[in-house]
Amino acid sequence: MAAEKLSTRHLLGIKDINLNDIELIFETADNFKDVINRPIKKVPSLRDITIANIFFENSTRTKLSFELAEKRLSADVVNFAASSSSVSKGETLIDTVNNILAMKVDMVVMRHPYAGAGVFLSKHIKAQIVNAGDGAHEHPTQALLDAYSIRQKLGDVRGKKVVIVGDILHSRVAISNILCLQMLGAEVMVCGPTTLIPKHIASLGVKVEHDLKKALNWCDVANMLRIQLERQDIKYFPSQREYAMMYGLNKQILDNLDKEIVVMHPGPINRGVEITSDVADSKQSIILEQVENGVAVRMAVLYLLASQND
Amino acid sequence: MQKRTLLNGQKFQITIKRLCHQLIENHTDFTNTVLIGIQPRGTYFADRVHQELSEILKTKSIKKGNLDITFFRDDFRRKDGLVTASSNTIDFIIEGKQVILIDDVLWTGRTIRAAMDALLAYGRPEKVELMVLIDRRFSRHLPIEPNYIGQQVDCVDSQKVKVSWKENEGEDKVILLSEPSTPK
Repeated sequence: MAAEKLSTRHLLGIKDINLNDIELIFETADNFKDVINRPIKKVPSLRDITIANIFFENSTRTKLSFELAEKRLSADVVNFAASSSSVSKGETLIDTVNNILAMKVDMVVMRHPYAGAGVFLSKHIKAQIVNAGDGAHEHPTQALLDAYSIRQKLGDVRGKKVVIVGDILHSRVAISNILCLQMLGAEVMVCGPTTLIPKHIASLGVKVEHDLKKALNWCDVANMLRIQLERQDIKYFPSQREYAMMYGLNKQILDNLDKEIVVMHPGPINRGVEITSDVADSKQSIILEQVENGVAVRMAVLYLLASQND
Repeated sequence: MQKRTLLNGQKFQITIKRLCHQLIENHTDFTNTVLIGIQPRGTYFADRVHQELSEILKTKSIKKGNLDITFFRDDFRRKDGLVTASSNTIDFIIEGKQVILIDDVLWTGRTIRAAMDALLAYGRPEKVELMVLIDRRFSRHLPIEPNYIGQQVDCVDSQKVKVSWKENEGEDKVILLSEPSTPK
């Protein structure tokens, strides 16, 4: 049995939470998974809470997933996208958020292109902050739902070998995943071209491998990340085609391994680049389970944070 | 802490048998009736009633489920600490069924209010009845009354009623705990 409450008021990153918190989130997510599979998928727990989803960066899955989680907990939801707001007129982050808070918002779910935006906000405003991705820093709910999906598929995360393949340099998913999986007792490896692996990543205690086949032969789970072309200011590899040949996961590679591994992807998928369609849609892929679990895990996070209102 | 035993030994067994016979009187063979124990402590009572009914009616087809009400409570964020949720196990359809909600102690009625909400998320039952082992009468916050009562007790708010079950505490008994009165 996990502890009775979270050790934190905000969820800014995996770095700020502990093993007990993760176990409590997973246990609560189990209950919410049951809720979202009922004929009536809604519970009234957060009916007196207002949550603002503030997205300074594009998102489909995360935003939808958070919004569904909030609505299934009966919270009131306001949405805000930077592209259609006064941010484009020059308003600062604090001003924007303070204005939203003046409308009596209890919790803020924020995605921002700069690392540390969530931490900064949590020091200046009263509402509880949930980080939905800050720059190339952290994306804690994604890491939680990835680990939760591994736990569901393989029974436990402890002792499992997970390789994260692709654009580690620009990925917040990679950092949060590494921290979360290690805390739960998994072994983590990163794999990708030298240019996309940060120089000091080994200091986090992960293995580094540049050969995809070797990495796949080692692992139980492969988490294939997207090449984040929008964040790549210079060329990190000659062409997408060459990347796909060296680091793309296809059916042939998968079938030639001596064991059956689990394939994950945080989405959105660039089909034919990091993963081919037949792999993404195969029975070894748990990509859609990840999306389903995303709602349950986010419900758990919001519920547990809301319970420590003071 | 002063303890007074309200129910134990043979009387405890007789009470459960009597409640089962009352249920049979109204629901005959339980073809359209299901038992739902309220998590966490009502489930022990529901298990016992289910076992007893199965023996009396010599059948294995009586349906029983467990219902968790954590997310439907009305004191979320108003009370210190978090109540951890338990599992729901209702693997049958509630729609159109007669449901017997089962809990160990009825006090303010708020748990039952939440249980009715939680239950309706599974469909629209034809009828819902309430069975409790102990009814702390005259202490309701809501207009809720049980249909089947093991025993009624009169006690004040500072007193606690504790039900123990053979399955989890080794003995079937109900005790009333009260703080000794301090002389002024």
